[in-house]
Amino acid sequence: MKKRDLTCIVCPKGCSLCVTLSDEGRVVNVEGFTCPRGKEYAEKECTHPERCVTSTVRTADGFVVPCKTARTVPKESVFRVMDAINHTVAPAAVHVGDVLIQDVAGTGVSVVATANKEI
Amino acid sequence: MIEVLKKKLVVIGGGPAGMAAAVAAYEKGERDILILERDTALGGILRQCIHNGFGLHRFGEELTGPEYAYRYEKQVKDLGIPYMLDTMVIEVSPDRTVTAMNKEHGIFRIQAGAIVLAMGCRERPKGALNIAGTRPAGIYTAGTAQKFVNMKGYMPGREVVILGSGDIGLIMARRMTLEGAKVKAVLELLPYSGGLARNIEQCLHDFDIPLKLSHTVIEIHGKERLEGVTVAAVDENRRPIPETAEYIPCDTLLLSCGLIPENELTRGAGIPLDRVTGGAVVDEDRECEIPGIFAAGNVLHVHDLVDYVSEEAKIAGEAAVKFLRGETEKSVSIALKADGKVRYTVPQIIKSVKDTKVYFRVADVYRDKKLVIRDGEKILLSKKKPKFAPGEMETVTLTAEMLKNLSNCQLNFAIED
Amino acid sequence: MVDILIIGAGVIGGVCARELSLLDCSVEILEKMPDVAMGATRANSAIVHAGFDAHEGSLKAKLNVRGSELMENLTRELGVKYQKNGSLVVGFSDEDQKTLEDLKIRGERNGVKGLSVLNREAALALEPNLGDGVSCALHAPSGAIVCPYELCMAAVGNAMDNGAALTLNFDVAKIERTQNGFRVTSKDGRVRESKILINAAGVYSDEIAKLAGDDSFSVHPRRGEYLLLDKECGTLIRHTVFRCPSKMGKGILVSPTVDGNLLLGPTAEDVTDKDDTKTTANGLDLVRRQAAEQVKGIAFNKIITSFTGLRSVGSTGDFVINEKDGFINLAAIESPGLSSSPAIAETVVDMLRQKGMALTPKKDAVRERRPLHAFCDMTAEEKSEVIKNDPTYAHVICRCETVTEGEILAAVRQNPKPHDIDGIKRRTRATMGRCQGGFCTPYLVEILAKELGIDYGDVTKFGGASKLNVGKTKNV
Repeated sequence: MKKRDLTCIVCPKGCSLCVTLSDEGRVVNVEGFTCPRGKEYAEKECTHPERCVTSTVRTADGFVVPCKTARTVPKESVFRVMDAINHTVAPAAVHVGDVLIQDVAGTGVSVVATANKEI
Repeated sequence: MIEVLKKKLVVIGGGPAGMAAAVAAYEKGERDILILERDTALGGILRQCIHNGFGLHRFGEELTGPEYAYRYEKQVKDLGIPYMLDTMVIEVSPDRTVTAMNKEHGIFRIQAGAIVLAMGCRERPKGALNIAGTRPAGIYTAGTAQKFVNMKGYMPGREVVILGSGDIGLIMARRMTLEGAKVKAVLELLPYSGGLARNIEQCLHDFDIPLKLSHTVIEIHGKERLEGVTVAAVDENRRPIPETAEYIPCDTLLLSCGLIPENELTRGAGIPLDRVTGGAVVDEDRECEIPGIFAAGNVLHVHDLVDYVSEEAKIAGEAAVKFLRGETEKSVSIALKADGKVRYTVPQIIKSVKDTKVYFRVADVYRDKKLVIRDGEKILLSKKKPKFAPGEMETVTLTAEMLKNLSNCQLNFAIED
Repeated sequence: MVDILIIGAGVIGGVCARELSLLDCSVEILEKMPDVAMGATRANSAIVHAGFDAHEGSLKAKLNVRGSELMENLTRELGVKYQKNGSLVVGFSDEDQKTLEDLKIRGERNGVKGLSVLNREAALALEPNLGDGVSCALHAPSGAIVCPYELCMAAVGNAMDNGAALTLNFDVAKIERTQNGFRVTSKDGRVRESKILINAAGVYSDEIAKLAGDDSFSVHPRRGEYLLLDKECGTLIRHTVFRCPSKMGKGILVSPTVDGNLLLGPTAEDVTDKDDTKTTANGLDLVRRQAAEQVKGIAFNKIITSFTGLRSVGSTGDFVINEKDGFINLAAIESPGLSSSPAIAETVVDMLRQKGMALTPKKDAVRERRPLHAFCDMTAEEKSEVIKNDPTYAHVICRCETVTEGEILAAVRQNPKPHDIDGIKRRTRATMGRCQGGFCTPYLVEILAKELGIDYGDVTKFGGASKLNVGKTKNV
């Protein structure tokens, strides 16, 4: 058995969490959470951590438009996701929610625009 | 001749506070509203805050800054609330005349029935911090760098040191890293960070960026472009300890040393300001000491969450409508006094007896202490918390019941064992 | 081939160029930096001294008193902000009182009018916020304040409007005598020729003199560190408050600026590096300490910036102003150089006339220059009229100083044209407010890139390698 201290990143409260893991790395117990999402985060963080990636995509007319991964992606894929975003050119006109990249870096998650941009 | 318009409600600023105030006023039935926004689009600073973490409280889901702004922008547009872009307010007078200018109308005046001030805040600049050394290119506030990277698509530098661990600094540490820069360290003068714990976790720890508490930059090097900074640990009086000086090569220094409410217009109108918040002194309606002028959002006091900005702006917007209808009832005058450990409260004064949520901030990190609110000697409320931190805004609700039977016209807010 | 080449586009070179441009001769200014007013002119105390400080009979004394008389008219013609706010030299002891009496006598011999030594009560009546330790003061009603780089830019601009040329980034490497005068070559091989060569190279004026074969004097830099406070603080005092000179040195001054800020400084430290404009923790501490003794209630939490200026201290103890075979030294011009600048220009014209140049007034010369700050000084009604003709004046770029796009475009298009962000800053005050460019810098970059026809990423802070951005994002 071993213990791991975490800071929850689900909401701005930033609860201090303590996770007890079995020798095989299974989550045995979580303490310190104040909501179910916090407990879920702690379990995920110790087994397969995920992050949302936000950045910008260059548009066909040379500007940038903000984007995000529609869901969280595996933490270890963050820089591969960034690489794909960096190599993408979005149309000059974009609307909030438009899918800019499908299945980014093989994560099964799409990258969507988070702001409107007119030509 | 200068054109004079008449409007029931003028909202100065089309950011999250201004839009929320206007929407709230509309929903209360007011139709004669005008939002004045100085930038090219509604949304305020949220337009460049492209990271996520907004709206959990207000919308129950995690949004990015532009998405949060878009929710309100869509409401403003769908409701048909009038707004003017690229319009700068240059003066607010105590009789609620707003002088503004834009390319289309030149300089014009609006005689307003009520005004909501929602101009937001700005970052504390480098000069205020008095760092010795040269003055090369490559030194920016975190917000300026955020604008370059997120809005303009330009990189202000490749090797970065960040001074100050405010949230924008932490967010920019991650942004610069994701965009290919190397963030060498985040330095914080105080022994604790002013940023949210989650941001230290996901913006620094995720990328192994060291956070050096009780450290500061003591010298800037480089003639034309920044070449490096000398950093040092500071003692308990925040004085640099020379023996700890260390040179860090870098081409960029970002400053995230706090935000200051932007109150030139407020001051110009003769509205009294709170020395601690830097914003107007307001009552529970967010009404300033000049009747009919309200303030909400970061222009009033700096918030850590935009969700609370919206909440506060809603109070101001709704109260402005009540004022316009002559329905305002102000029957008491109860001053809220902070003991110093509690740095400030908003509102600073309560003028009607109803359930009132009071926002406050503390001056230092306090563990296992309680907030105590006293009416003279009598304890009105006592609330224990494992941790109070300056970076996190706290709230406490005073009920109508509590306010009804006070023996003094002052409530004292204190942090105690 | 021009009649007159001037090396150095500081306030001395600039005001001379302006005076000469009104006369019948051709003038070109050579400046090694990417903009005018980049040396001592950029960072000094911004004071027009009354003239009691310099020793009787010195060039400093003579030119200061005369310059101070001419300054009001010069600034009016050039549309430069000027304010005769008067000055007080404050003392803290009986010994200081004696020094002030001596200064008064010296000043009167120099021709300064209206001097009086006041006791504490009389001084407080003029300036209620003097420090608690102040026991006496010398009052000089003719002391004034002016913005030195504004004066320099306006003078160079007016000279250019009258036909003078300005060549920037011209770092003089060689000076040769020719049959008709001089040949000046820059480090990058550009060549200029003239009949007359004027050396107004500030802290480098000894080196320029050496290139021309004159090693009769040397110049070393004296560092002075300053603090500038927010406009909220500018009304704390009306007068410029000097400190009585003592064994401890000349001391600092506390002064309002013509733009309404409060200026504190300078320290005085003799150094050798002619480019050393960094600030130091010790220097700024000293400024704070002394300022608080002279004036009480200074809000040190309202500091918006700090900077260092280098004064050109000559080996002779006086200005080096002379002419030999067409080579004119305007060298070692330390304080009161700004105050003396109009009188120095007058002296140059006299010298050249004595050499036989006619220098009759140019027929179509324009003495006036429309100031860039004209717009912000207008009433709302007047502004509205301007906006009708040019809507860019309704678009505020710098929020702290309320500088509009129209004013910035006017500055970018007016002589002498800026090529970088600091150039816009000195011309319009954009970025000089309390946020120090936090909001408006990205917008200024956009305007400048468009006007100069360069990429957004190539805009610099002050030329050279001082680019604001290092490239585009996504550049993979």
